[in-house]
Amino acid sequence: MIKIQILGTGCPKCKKLLENAESAAKELGIEYEIEKVTNINEIMKFGVMLTPALAVDGQVKSVGKVISPDEIKKMLV
Amino acid sequence: MDFKSEWKKLLFIAGVFLACFYLPVGSSRFDNAVGESLHLVKWYAREHVLLCLVPAFFIAGAISVFVSQASVMKYLGARANKILAYGVASVSGTVLAVCSCTVLPLFAGIYKMGAGLGPATAFLYSGPAINVLAIILTARILGLELGIARAAGAVLFSVVIGLLMHIIYRKEEEQKTTSQMAMPEPQAARPLWKNALYFASMVGILVFANWARSGDVRAVFLCCPGGLTTYQVEGALISKTEQNLKILDTSGQTHEVPAELVQQVQDVGKNSIYELIYRIRWLLVVLLLGAFSLMVLGWFTKHEIGEWLAATWGFAKQILPLLLLGVLVAGFLLGRPGHEGVIPTKWINAAVGGNSIWANLFASVAGAFMYFATLTEVPILQGLLGAGMGKGPALALLLAGPALSLPSMLVIRSVIGTQKAVVYICLVIVMATISGMIFGAVWG
Repeated sequence: MIKIQILGTGCPKCKKLLENAESAAKELGIEYEIEKVTNINEIMKFGVMLTPALAVDGQVKSVGKVISPDEIKKMLV
Repeated sequence: MDFKSEWKKLLFIAGVFLACFYLPVGSSRFDNAVGESLHLVKWYAREHVLLCLVPAFFIAGAISVFVSQASVMKYLGARANKILAYGVASVSGTVLAVCSCTVLPLFAGIYKMGAGLGPATAFLYSGPAINVLAIILTARILGLELGIARAAGAVLFSVVIGLLMHIIYRKEEEQKTTSQMAMPEPQAARPLWKNALYFASMVGILVFANWARSGDVRAVFLCCPGGLTTYQVEGALISKTEQNLKILDTSGQTHEVPAELVQQVQDVGKNSIYELIYRIRWLLVVLLLGAFSLMVLGWFTKHEIGEWLAATWGFAKQILPLLLLGVLVAGFLLGRPGHEGVIPTKWINAAVGGNSIWANLFASVAGAFMYFATLTEVPILQGLLGAGMGKGPALALLLAGPALSLPSMLVIRSVIGTQKAVVYICLVIVMATISGMIFGAVWG
């Protein structure tokens, strides 16, 4: 079970990243759980200040940009 | 029917029905306001979208993709030089706050993991006011001096507010421990001169494409019932009679001013370089466009160009609908300059006309609590100015408005606590009021 977290306060870019992450996880066919972290203080606990960001199992993998499903797949395996 | 789950919809439909039932179609004020809002939208579409907004989106897109945010953030880190941190925080909004939704996370980050409360508040205050899109649109629509005053005022006062916050809370600051920032890896850097040339050519295209013809005369007249505010129009004189004065301004609008309100009409001194640039402006634009295309094709990879276009398209998609809505609402409520919308100009003149301390304070407080979606403060202010708002209160609203809103106050409070948030909000209101008064006294 992989835990994917999308960090962002809810701007359009964060939604895009969420979509990309979901499609990446589905294509890989892995067991996953996806969570949106929108509380700014929670986001800060990750050390992230440029949103949107992506964390996998609590590890920050990408900061400040929307990455493509292909790039996300590499982070999930 | 499950009434428990459906009652909201029922209430909504009933509300819409009542609004339609009592729709004031036919009342001249309402019909006129609808016309005004459509006129204003048409004017924006004709005058501002192609030459101003579209290049501005490309510039904003380029900044968000090609300027390395990590390289700016290193000056705002925990171990950064404190004096430098204030300077960088006060101007970095141009690079970091390209989208208004990034301001609050960055603020929280600088506060909790970086250079501390002072630089964080400096960034929070100046960020929304000096992002490129806001400066370009303000200067274009509300006039160059208000655009510059907005940017300069935001930078200057952000440092003052940051320092005050730091001094008030310096003891707490010393005890704070900082955690580690997560930063994007720096991308392969292009030499600075290449980036500089690339941005300069884009800004050049924007500037020359919008080079306005200087008018022949400049008329200064008292504005609106009560006549607290003076209003300036530059353009060609169409006719001058005992009753009124007609001027075709440089953006193509005709102004009709009753003769008793006119204070002064003067010839505009023709500057020959200015006129020359106006005549060859399209040549300059085409040359710059050529140079720009060569740079893009020669220096950038396909992937980078793709990212840049995607960011530009992202901004356009995000901002255009909001702006259209903002223009419609501003036109409906306030009308075009010189025309009336739903709200009588008398009221606006009474609340924010002239340059009194009350007008400035009212504008700051209203601006601080009101929520402006990205860039919509510009058409709203244009409407207010046209209806008799003084230039001082306009600046006060521009400074307090985008920096704060009720929703952002709540987020700020959750980050720095109630007491600090209240102090910050009061400082913003006081500073915006003071800068409005100074600006109004000098340029009003």
